[in-house]
Amino acid sequence: MRDSIFTILFVWYPYVCLTAFLVGSLIRYDREQYSWKASSSQILRRKQLTWGSNLFHFGILFLLFGHTVGLLTPTSIYTLFMTVELKQLVAVIAGGVAGVACFIGLSLLLHRRLFDVRIRATSTRMDIAVLIILWVQLTLGLITLPYSLTHSDGSAMLVLAHWAQGILTLHPVDASTLQGLDWPYLTHLVLGMTLFLVFPFSRLVHIWSAPVWYLGRRGYQVVRTRRVLTGRSGPKSTHQPAE
Amino acid sequence: MKIRAQIAMVLNLDKCIGCHTCSVTCKNVWTSREGMEYAWFNNVETKPGIGYPKDWENQDRWNGGWRRKRNGKIEPKIGGKWRILANIFANPNMPEIDDYYEPFTFDYDHLKSAPELEAFPTARPRSLITGERMEKIEWGPNWEEILGGEFAKRSKDANFEGVQKDIYGQFENTFMMYLPRLCEHCLNPTCAAACPSGAIYKREEDGIVLIDQDKCRGWRMCVSGCPYKKIYFNWSSGKSEKCIFCYPRIEAGQPTVCSETCVGRIRHLGVMLYDADRIEEAASVADEKDLYGAQTEIFLNPEDPAVIAQARADGVPDAWLEAARLSPVYKMAMVWKVAFPLHPEYRTLPMVWYVPPLSPITAAAEAGKMGTDGAMPDVRSLRIPLKYLANLLTAGDEEPIAKGLERMLAMRTYMRAKTIDGVIDEAIARKVGLTSKQIEEMYHIMAIANYEDRFVIPTTHREATEDAYELRGQCGFTFGDGCMPSDSKVNLFGGVKLKNDKAKTGALG
Repeated sequence: MRDSIFTILFVWYPYVCLTAFLVGSLIRYDREQYSWKASSSQILRRKQLTWGSNLFHFGILFLLFGHTVGLLTPTSIYTLFMTVELKQLVAVIAGGVAGVACFIGLSLLLHRRLFDVRIRATSTRMDIAVLIILWVQLTLGLITLPYSLTHSDGSAMLVLAHWAQGILTLHPVDASTLQGLDWPYLTHLVLGMTLFLVFPFSRLVHIWSAPVWYLGRRGYQVVRTRRVLTGRSGPKSTHQPAE
Repeated sequence: MKIRAQIAMVLNLDKCIGCHTCSVTCKNVWTSREGMEYAWFNNVETKPGIGYPKDWENQDRWNGGWRRKRNGKIEPKIGGKWRILANIFANPNMPEIDDYYEPFTFDYDHLKSAPELEAFPTARPRSLITGERMEKIEWGPNWEEILGGEFAKRSKDANFEGVQKDIYGQFENTFMMYLPRLCEHCLNPTCAAACPSGAIYKREEDGIVLIDQDKCRGWRMCVSGCPYKKIYFNWSSGKSEKCIFCYPRIEAGQPTVCSETCVGRIRHLGVMLYDADRIEEAASVADEKDLYGAQTEIFLNPEDPAVIAQARADGVPDAWLEAARLSPVYKMAMVWKVAFPLHPEYRTLPMVWYVPPLSPITAAAEAGKMGTDGAMPDVRSLRIPLKYLANLLTAGDEEPIAKGLERMLAMRTYMRAKTIDGVIDEAIARKVGLTSKQIEEMYHIMAIANYEDRFVIPTTHREATEDAYELRGQCGFTFGDGCMPSDSKVNLFGGVKLKNDKAKTGALG
């Protein structure tokens, strides 16, 4: 029984979530551009947002980056630079700092969303759900920190990394290897995958549109023309230099 | 040289009576929707006053428009690209909805459902955002209507810079004017420059600045970038919206709704040709006072054969060149020089221009003199301080404003002599550097202002660029998502159902 649950949660469920994440995002991007947005509520209330949003976003971006690099870098590569124990220490400290910053920001945002009458009135159920899931997920992540410190050899980290790499390389590891992990790790994993599942149905899609391309725009202005159409109809966008 | 054409607007403030018809008709057509109740693509402010949103002209506070760097280049005042992205999580330069006003309705139902009371039942305001009772309405798009509110607050108006303003607080010396405001459809729009998604663009064929609602991600930098605060964040859809210059009407050769319905006939629409290659140069001149002149220098003479040839080569249709020659906007801005840009110091090169208003002569004795000998009073003795108008329209340079006002006074004096005394006084025209023929044309276009003289709008030749065959059976105007609006009943992706959208069920009004 326990084996089956682990297989479902850690071998099947990840693929369900990843599929929903990718296919859902694609369909929404294709068909629902008007709903694709960051859903900022700053116009309605600035209070708690300046600190909350900045702390949360910088924290979560760092955590996202840390998780990606930390989980997906093959052990054989990073051991060229550092020991497994050192890597875990770096992860715990850096992740801890970013996690606490993120936690403060997220708590501010959640409080604002639930108790500010304007924000509450204009929230969708999904807006609130996503914040709560993130808050619980972050809390679970912070709870794992003391557990990680108790096994400083980094064994849990290795199990998790191999699992994540197995999922992404389509060679999932046997779910029984995860059975030795403490509960905060396991719940953190399940909830983390759930975030991918709800991603395309929530405001989280704005992450796909992080406007980094802005930095590469030549000049500042954007002019579109309908003239000089080569081939099929449709607006042509030209970025003109240095205006 | 790269010639482009734009439909530009001039508002003759001398004739504005502040009736708000433009605002109301615009609102009814474009912004009577959830999320946009607080937004007025067009609003009329009484000046002096701090306006809507509060204090919008104070760029030390809002950081709108452009800033000239030491190396002579310009960048948005809210910062360059890196800075804009760094502020994306919480925009430090964005007004809150209270700076505009919290949208509200009234408890109308209470008027008929109230039980017998000692006092008359009243309809008290209720927020359209939260549905809660609002004890007091604090601001609005015309809050300082006809000098409403105390002078101490209104005198925070940024246009008082360099004016000894205290005496204008006294009843005997007070002055006022109306300022209808809409998007300026700038040649160098900061909103477009600040948009990280590239969703805001200027249309090459008619200069209208639009937000692509499908590409807007709601990063809200445009709200801060625009120094006129004419970009509004729709709190319901999470996207920014702005005046669209009624482009579906303009494309069909019709004036914008605000222009069409203006009872004072103050609005003029016409084609301006400009050199797109010199936009940056004109927006970057060192002295702010030169910006008005620099902008007029990139406008091109539609009678010039070289301009016509180049414009044709650049794809401007002949009908547009013909319209440019008849353009009332070109005449007022470039030939008679009576129209001026709103706050050129923002370096946006705005394309909605204003004819400054004349005002009564300060001293009654002088006012009497005026009618008798036909001599024109000094424009500096007009009730509205010249410096105030200059701060509004020419970055503080009084000379062009004085000239413009003199020409308008000359037009009055000349026409009065002609129609009352039956005298053609060529000297009056010469005194302000015009001919009597020009004055009569000015009178015809600005004072009589017949429909076809006010609005010279060539149609957009969409047939040249679109295949109408492919457009068959399409949905036309929808709220994005093609034929699948996100306010349909079932939506997997959490599109918000518009509460006020009755159109779907056919129950209009």
